[in-house]
Amino acid sequence: MSSAMIDLILRATLDTLYMVAISGAISALVGIPLGVLLYVTRPGQVLAQPVLNGVLGVITNIGRSIPFIILMVAIIPFTRVLVGTSIGTNAAAVPLTIAAIPFIARLVEGALNEINPGLVEAAQSMGATPWQIITKVLLPEARGGIFTALTVTVVTLVSYSAMAGAVGGGGLGDLGIRYGYNRFNPTIMLITVAILVVMVQGFQSLGDYLVRKSDHK
Amino acid sequence: MIRLHNVSKTYVLKGRRRNGHAARTVQALKDIDFHVPQGQIHGVIGLSGAGKSTLIRCVNLLERPTTGTVSVDGRELTGLSGQALNAARHGIGMIFQHFNLLTNRTVFANVALPLELMGVKRTAIRERVTPLLELVGLDDKASHYPAQLSGGQKQRVAIARALASRPKVLLCDEATSALDPQTTGSILALLRDINQKLGLTILLITHEMEVVKSICHRVSLISGGELVEEADVGDFFTAPRTQLGREFLNDFLKLEPPRALIERLEEAPGEHSHPVVRLAFSGDAVSTPLVSRLARECGIDVSILQAKVESIQERTLGLMIAELMGTPEKTREALDYLESHDLHVEVLGHVQRDD
Repeated sequence: MSSAMIDLILRATLDTLYMVAISGAISALVGIPLGVLLYVTRPGQVLAQPVLNGVLGVITNIGRSIPFIILMVAIIPFTRVLVGTSIGTNAAAVPLTIAAIPFIARLVEGALNEINPGLVEAAQSMGATPWQIITKVLLPEARGGIFTALTVTVVTLVSYSAMAGAVGGGGLGDLGIRYGYNRFNPTIMLITVAILVVMVQGFQSLGDYLVRKSDHK
Repeated sequence: MIRLHNVSKTYVLKGRRRNGHAARTVQALKDIDFHVPQGQIHGVIGLSGAGKSTLIRCVNLLERPTTGTVSVDGRELTGLSGQALNAARHGIGMIFQHFNLLTNRTVFANVALPLELMGVKRTAIRERVTPLLELVGLDDKASHYPAQLSGGQKQRVAIARALASRPKVLLCDEATSALDPQTTGSILALLRDINQKLGLTILLITHEMEVVKSICHRVSLISGGELVEEADVGDFFTAPRTQLGREFLNDFLKLEPPRALIERLEEAPGEHSHPVVRLAFSGDAVSTPLVSRLARECGIDVSILQAKVESIQERTLGLMIAELMGTPEKTREALDYLESHDLHVEVLGHVQRDD
């Protein structure tokens, strides 16, 4: 294999990692609070707001029901406004982030739902405010579940980012399609797939380790 | 210290409203009035679904009463909300059947939680938590996580946590129902100890007479959301005034006439029948040679079917089921004799004799 080829693979790997890191980080920053909000505004919860909860639920569901490949194309104008271009890794990170936010939010909501309601009741009996219940009870108790949610999200982002190649996003998926598929180079195809497998394995192991470390159930 | 006045709680059931009919409601508590004085251990006993849990949750307003007022330490809680209510809750500790410890916090951090919520400084927290862990006998487990503890140890942590904010009142929601009898004993001993050492007022709910017997001063009986009986524990165990009270007591003492006899019991006395009585005696009557006196002074025979002597806190309680054998006049006389001796006599029925 030529050194140019190796360079290309390296470049694509870094592009993929870059897209996953950017979209993973931003979607976690938005998605975790959204998931908490989805949970605490449920009827009967500490900040019960049935109407707000219903609206957030519908928005989240819409976000989750749009196929990623359509979302990517549909929001191109928005992407252009945001990052100034619709091509490249930065442009691909925008739809990736938007797709991941409702995904994380629902997973976090599910993780919070696993918490024994008795713990919230106990905190209330100690005179905890809703904010204290969120920061001192809900989030620490759901730590393991939240790490699981983030792991699932990152792994999903790795595979979604491969689709970003379709809009000129770069990365391993793009490389695999252009060199492996369009130019009939099975070696390149195999290498990109192998790197993706290793990447997913790595993220999963890291996630499992964090869950083990953080959860004392 | 704890005062409930006219407290009622009505739940509106969710579900379809049928053409114009009002939503179905369930009244969990009806006109509850009661008072627990400072330093007392008050038990509320009842069957499941009687409203015990709702009642205790109304005291710290985890459940807000539909009507009525709740006051703790002279402060009316039902008039408070938000910050003022949270501040008042610092003065009320609570422990639960399933402990409700935070799984991702160590024993130390669990006990520290109420202090963190109050904004107490780190060093002050350390000074407060360490002696509390000593008090409940867990100072060597400070850095353990709840998953590493036994049920009894978890409840000890919960007790330490409930005491951290120096409350004047402790609410115990079925605190020993998930524990084995031996552990129950040690938790109850700890609660009694705290009550005496700290002068803490304790309100507990339970379905176990054993709990009431071993630590309560006074007991209320709840049924269908209403308090049907309230008495000092000694009186309650000697002579409950309600049918439900007697059922609880009989169930606890396991003092029922033999099944074969129950089937033969008739309500009205007959020509050839003998009364079967349940006798409850306390105090001096326990040491009186009652049966032999009955035989001698009334000229009847006494057949003891069951008997038991229990000590309820400082009082001794004797219970007996006996058949009084003699002519109707003689047995009548015997019953009068028993009643004149400060005994609680209950005629269960009459049984035919074919002799």
